[in-house]
This record gives sequence, C-alpha cells and structure tokens, in this order.
Amino acid sequence: MKNALTITPSGDRDLVMTRVFDAPRRLVYDAHTKPELVRQWLGGLPGWSMPVCEMDVRVGGKYRWVWKSERDGTMMGMGGVYGEVKAPERLVSTEKFDEAWYPGESLNTLVLVEQGGRTTLTQTMRYESREAREAVLKSGMEEGVVASFDRLEEVLAATANANPR
Amino acid sequence: MQATHRLDAVFAALADPTRRAIIARLASGQASVTELAEPFAMSQPAISKHLKVLERAGLISRGREAQRRPRRLEAKRLEEADQWLERYRRLWEANYQRLDALLDDLKAKERNVP
Repeated sequence: MKNALTITPSGDRDLVMTRVFDAPRRLVYDAHTKPELVRQWLGGLPGWSMPVCEMDVRVGGKYRWVWKSERDGTMMGMGGVYGEVKAPERLVSTEKFDEAWYPGESLNTLVLVEQGGRTTLTQTMRYESREAREAVLKSGMEEGVVASFDRLEEVLAATANANPR
Repeated sequence: MQATHRLDAVFAALADPTRRAIIARLASGQASVTELAEPFAMSQPAISKHLKVLERAGLISRGREAQRRPRRLEAKRLEEADQWLERYRRLWEANYQRLDALLDDLKAKERNVP
C-alpha cells in the first residue's frame, strides 16, 4: 500500500508535512543530508535538472540548491543555513528562495522517528509571520486547499455521483 | 478574472466548512437560500454572505425563477480547482516516490555488503 502524504497548517505560522517511509531512519536521514542522494529525488518537476546541490551539513554550514528547466533554461535557486544537526533524527535549517515571494525566510525542522524498521518523517516549515505563510499557501499550498483537501475529494465524489457523465 | 486570481477565490471559498457543506448539498441538486440555510444554525443573511463568496468564486450560480432564485453548483469550476490541486499533490508525491525508490536501492545495497 502506498504511504500517504499529509500537509496541514498548524498554529499561526507553521505548515506540517508527514510521510512514512519503509526504511530505517538512518537511510532517510542520509537521503536528506548527502548531496549525491538528495539530487536523486528532490525537485519534483519533470523536465527540470538540479545542476547545483551543495550541502555543508554542520551547525552554521550552508546549503544551496538550484534547479534548471531543460526546456527554456529557467533557473530556480534556494538555500540556507543549518541550525541543528542531530543525525539521524533531527535537522533544522533556514530556507529562502532567490526570488522569494514572501517576506523573510522559513525555519524548517525535519524530525525522523523509526518504528519497526519504518520511518515517520515530519517536516515543519515555520514562516516569519502569518502573512508570510499565507503568501506561500496562496502560491502553492493554499491553506484552504490543504485543510479541506480530503473534504474536497468527498465533495467531488458527491458531484460525480450527482452528475454522471 | 485571471486564472490564478480565480483559483485563489475558489480556494479561499473552499477554506470554510459551512461553504463546503453548501457545495456538498448543491452537488445533489439546486436549492433555494431557505433550503440551504435549514441544516445550519445560522441566520439567512449569514448564509447569504457565504453564498456571495461562492458566487464570486464562480462555484455557484443563480437560477432564473423569480421568487426562489435557486442556487446551483458550477461543477466545472470545482473541477478546475481539483486539477490545480492534483498538480501540486503530484509534485510532492513524485518527490517522495522517488525517495521511496532511492531508499529501496540503499537497502538493497546494504544487504549486499557483508
């Protein structure tokens, strides 16, 4: 069975993502801290490569990630500084996009908990203000969408039943 | 309205539980404001306010019947929002599915190293 991804707003400034992986957390941690592994999965968009993936994983160390569209050469970069490094369970870092559309930077906390050989990942993104989170939500993670996603699915299912095509 | 602004309006409209309930009700057929207000412990003006938000987002429209003005669901707009959601969801699903595959590789490699 596929492991489900959840994304929910929490408090005034946080967004929380959780996902289970069928692997010990040591490996999940490696996949988040070793550049040669990170570039194999992080990025998401088809047709984009990751020409820059530099990570100095220690307290005060910096990281820098850049993605490039193979179609039109558009670059998208971001980076930050590691604040806490506690292998293999906790990693805290700041995050700021080169062309940030929201004020300030976010503070990202990755927590990995292992149980029976499986790992629960919790990624918390804390924004500078409620307004900053709103801006992020509006661009790609609309709060209402996230909060209501399951409900929306129900509604859509009901709609499909009511209006068979 | 531009497509992105329209989606903003749709998502903002769907952020509220009462409005989602109204949408769910309208999914089973059109209804008047009075009928829509019935299941909620809310005044008709309060419901009308919610309906206005849904209407501005293009999620519902009004029928022509003079007295009743029944509201009905604009399913197409809801589908647009869902497609947009799907894109976002696919992005993260794709990331984590690649991570799943990578972790499988790493586990396999560890088993082969004594």
